[in-house]
Amino acid sequence: MFETIIFSLLNGLVYGLLLFLLSSGLTLIFSMMGVLNLAHAGFYMLSAYFAYSISIHLGFWYGLLFAPLIVGFIGAMVERYGLRKVHKFGHVPELIFTFGVAFLLEELVQFVWGRNQLAYNKPEILEGSLFTLFGADFPIYKMFMLIVSVVIFIILLSVLKYTRTGLIIRAAVGHPNVVGMLGHNVPLIFMVTFGVGTALAGIAGAIAGPVLGTYPGMASGLGGIMFVVVIFGGLGSLGGAFIASLMIGLIQTFAIAIDASLSDVFLLMDIVITEQTFMYDIWVTSLSQVAPLIPYLMMVVMLIFRPAGLMGARES
Amino acid sequence: MSHLTRICRAESVVRKKRLRILWLCFAVILLALPLVTSNFGITILTQICVASVFALAYNMLLGQGGMLSFGHAVYFGLGGYASIHLMELVGNGVPVPLVLTPLFGGLFGLIAAFLIGSFSTRRAGTVFAMISFGIAELVAASAIILVSFFGGEEGVSSDRTMGPAFFGYEMIPQIEVYYFAAVWFFLATYAMYHFSRSPAGRLANAVRDNAERTQFIGYNPQKIRLVSFVASGFFAGVAGGIFAIQYEIVTDSNLNTAASGLVMLQAYIGGIGYFVGPVIGAIVMTLLNTVVSGVTDLWLLYTGLLFIGTVLLAPNGLTGLIMMHTDAYHNRKLATLIKPYLLGMLPLTAAFIGVVSLLEMFSHRNEAAVGDDSMLLFYIDVDISTWFPWVGFTLLSLLGLAGLRVVIPVVRASWDAANEMQILSNSTINNESDS
Amino acid sequence: MNKLNVMLLGAGSLVLAAGFPVVAQAGTVKIAYIDALSGPFAATGQAGARELRHAISKFLEGKEVAGEKLEVEFLALDGKINPKESLVQLQNAISQGAEYIFHNSGSSVAHAIVGALEKHNKRNPDNRALYLNYGAIDPSLTGSKCSFWHFMIDANVDMKVNAMVDAIAAKPEIKKAYIIGQDYSFGKAFSAAAKRYLAQRRPDIEIVGDQLHPIGKVKDFAPYAQKILRSQADVVLTGNWGADMINLAKSIKDIGTQASIYTIYAYGAGISGVVGESGLGKLSVVAQGHINPANTPEWALYKDEFLAKHPGNDLINERTVYGVQMLGEAFVKAGGTDPLKVALALEGLEITTVSGDKVMMRAKDHQMQMPLQVMAHVKDGIKYDFDQSGYGVRTTSTVAFESNQLDSVCEMQRPL
Repeated sequence: MFETIIFSLLNGLVYGLLLFLLSSGLTLIFSMMGVLNLAHAGFYMLSAYFAYSISIHLGFWYGLLFAPLIVGFIGAMVERYGLRKVHKFGHVPELIFTFGVAFLLEELVQFVWGRNQLAYNKPEILEGSLFTLFGADFPIYKMFMLIVSVVIFIILLSVLKYTRTGLIIRAAVGHPNVVGMLGHNVPLIFMVTFGVGTALAGIAGAIAGPVLGTYPGMASGLGGIMFVVVIFGGLGSLGGAFIASLMIGLIQTFAIAIDASLSDVFLLMDIVITEQTFMYDIWVTSLSQVAPLIPYLMMVVMLIFRPAGLMGARES
Repeated sequence: MSHLTRICRAESVVRKKRLRILWLCFAVILLALPLVTSNFGITILTQICVASVFALAYNMLLGQGGMLSFGHAVYFGLGGYASIHLMELVGNGVPVPLVLTPLFGGLFGLIAAFLIGSFSTRRAGTVFAMISFGIAELVAASAIILVSFFGGEEGVSSDRTMGPAFFGYEMIPQIEVYYFAAVWFFLATYAMYHFSRSPAGRLANAVRDNAERTQFIGYNPQKIRLVSFVASGFFAGVAGGIFAIQYEIVTDSNLNTAASGLVMLQAYIGGIGYFVGPVIGAIVMTLLNTVVSGVTDLWLLYTGLLFIGTVLLAPNGLTGLIMMHTDAYHNRKLATLIKPYLLGMLPLTAAFIGVVSLLEMFSHRNEAAVGDDSMLLFYIDVDISTWFPWVGFTLLSLLGLAGLRVVIPVVRASWDAANEMQILSNSTINNESDS
Repeated sequence: MNKLNVMLLGAGSLVLAAGFPVVAQAGTVKIAYIDALSGPFAATGQAGARELRHAISKFLEGKEVAGEKLEVEFLALDGKINPKESLVQLQNAISQGAEYIFHNSGSSVAHAIVGALEKHNKRNPDNRALYLNYGAIDPSLTGSKCSFWHFMIDANVDMKVNAMVDAIAAKPEIKKAYIIGQDYSFGKAFSAAAKRYLAQRRPDIEIVGDQLHPIGKVKDFAPYAQKILRSQADVVLTGNWGADMINLAKSIKDIGTQASIYTIYAYGAGISGVVGESGLGKLSVVAQGHINPANTPEWALYKDEFLAKHPGNDLINERTVYGVQMLGEAFVKAGGTDPLKVALALEGLEITTVSGDKVMMRAKDHQMQMPLQVMAHVKDGIKYDFDQSGYGVRTTSTVAFESNQLDSVCEMQRPL
């Protein structure tokens, strides 16, 4: 029991921090521009592919360095020549545009790199296990992911808190119009934000590719979870996104470890569930089976009762 | 009675008459289409009917109500599941004519939309969009877990021919299924059109444009959104019912987020600002999915490009491109546009052929067998192992793009000239009816 | 709605009418292939199309049938491993005149196609189609839900698991088994078969876990690997395929358990390359076919030709060739390509495959009977690696044709 808790905690932490790395960029974009970037997971995938291509020529570390930069640049260009154009039509066309970009990225990746899963591997130094606990190895690479995520979190937080840029960004989150009136170049800020946001997704892609697999389906599914994090955490709140990421990472990991279903609960009350029982399949579905469902439930409930999210200041 | 009201009334009588003729034309086209196509054509036409009803229903939300939903396939799917269960019941002896199945699917969609809409329509915008997305994920995941109603991954299937015949009409051959779908397509379109012109539809437009003002004049925007949402859920369910009859199977992929994304694509590419827009989108997307996908593996890439292109360059969709010409039509200056358009088509076609050929050659080089270097591009045999086609098509694309830069100002100038407004022309009144 | 809109509708319909291709002329046989050609599972689907095309060009194209040289028209349609999408494509295929439907992945798709063909063939006796299924191996397809129009050109889950348990039973050191699979009909059938045959053959093996996970949705298998580790299993049995297989194998390796993995789809389509090092000495695959060593010179030649034509790709499924070879023989036996006659000709048909195996289409349930191989994921001593990675599989033992004949509960409805 104890070892399960420890390992679920560790795994949940790694997964949660990766989610945070992804959603921090999304939060940044969402809070500055009011656009929920549906293509965010697409940029994550794109970066993993770029990192793979660079890694086979120059090595893993160059991939980790350059892939996010390339993706950030592409992101900035998408903002400059795409999003900015539809911006004047309102939020709905913006959302639709990013949906289109997500769709296109998935096709583009297959067009360029083919449809097989790619052998994007960890570097030699990060192979192997860091320590062994109750007979289970904890891979070095996971610790590496953990450290990268935490470092990025700290950097982001200090930039937002202690620099002038951070000041502008925080102001723009709360009062986007005023920042423009104060003479800041809002289009430029938007472009940079979008670039930095997608580059953050790029970092996540470059470090997650070797463990979670680099294949055309790697974006789908993850995209949805990211929106849950951002919305659950609250608009414009990096702290909220952080808490939400960890929560979802931990809940999902723990749920997999638990095989209990409602029928077990009934059993405690001396009610036996058989195949004849009304709605049999609901009662015998185990928690580990519904684990992927929980985040969406959390999001819907949060949106109904508190649309601003856990720590958000405004609604849209 | 003033002079002006008399003119307006006369005008409206003329318009009503014209409208009736249009509906008649629509019906005749639906009836006559199968006569001019093959088997495959009839299959595609039936698909278009289903897709059109669904896309029109979707646009009651997006176009008319300003609500962006990422989960509308839920109502289509639930309507479909309900219909397929009804078909099973009918097969077991419940005497209901199966031609009424879509109505049942619609009712189921309506109930589901009412239950979910009662809380999801409290807000519009991003909050609504995200609730719809969350609900869609939840329902899609439940569809796999709750096997007794949804049948798991396999879905639920049934047989449309088991019920009592409806005046000798058993829906065995595909052509009968087409006419079944076409009749429901017509009925649903007629009903949706009149909904959009009813006070409820007009109020939905008002809430879309400015919810606060609508509230000031005494309407509750949430209620208005709910009414649109429920009506849209009903017609989505109707579409699900037609689908259930056509394919005799409904699975979780009918209600997942991919299906929801597809209907949004259809509505948007067609043009959400026009009543017929979604139908155009449904036709284009169905043809891409059936005909173009048979020709090239890259059809999804092209779909993506078409979609992005529409969002960036033609925010009013394909219908918008056509409706740009109403003023010119009323000014009787359409003819003046033919020449500049033909001129514009030249570089456009060149760029299109060039870019598509480059993409196809690249994909052929990656996918095809070695030594299999020849391919057919736009009726030309091309050998991709030589440098000639690569350079040739690159040049063609560049030439086309450069040509477009030169030609576009000319086309725009002549379009402006043709559209110069004559003050108080008919067009203002006409345009209004299509918002 | 005004005049312009109607003009538009009219124009649209004209385009429609003009755009439809005409049904092919008689004399040729149209074969449709429905599988995932786009989306997350497209790698397998595209590979299948490639291999089927090659097999058809070798064994069907130009074959002498009733004194005439056979012409084949091949249609590849994108069913996205999705029952609804596949039925849409099935209808498209049939209305374009396809009479033979090949399909590889997805048991839920297979059930949908069987159901649709049953109805279609009953309603349209002069426009029938046959379904040659060479990859969806839910045993109920040739069991309780068998159909006259369906032929399974692969060993079903029961046969494969039976062979797998054969190999496991030979290892007395195995005491604890963990079963994990994707949460749908195939995964459930796999789990049921594993439990049944383990209980029969090795009742002493304790089943320490029986886990289903959502298909294609799990991003990180570490929690599952943790569960496997905690159960102290010696062997993991799984039917996972695609990314689910790769990521499971990698997570099991990362967590450092000693458990070996027995599975049925763990080579090619990127899997061998990505699993790589982590599968050595751990991963065993049960499948039909002679990948390494290639059994006969003809088979080696066929492979070399294919690989020379498609460098950078692998030949993954040998059974594709079996299916096409068998169809060709059935054409000859039936003296034509009429689906009903060919279906009858297929029943009981026995051929020797290009790799020298005896295979037979059992008339009772349309389940192909064949020998199976147990193969190990290895790096050295193989001629045909996968994914240009140096990794591949090598046959370690064979389960003979005779010892893998399982009974079937099929009660087939015949159209006569």
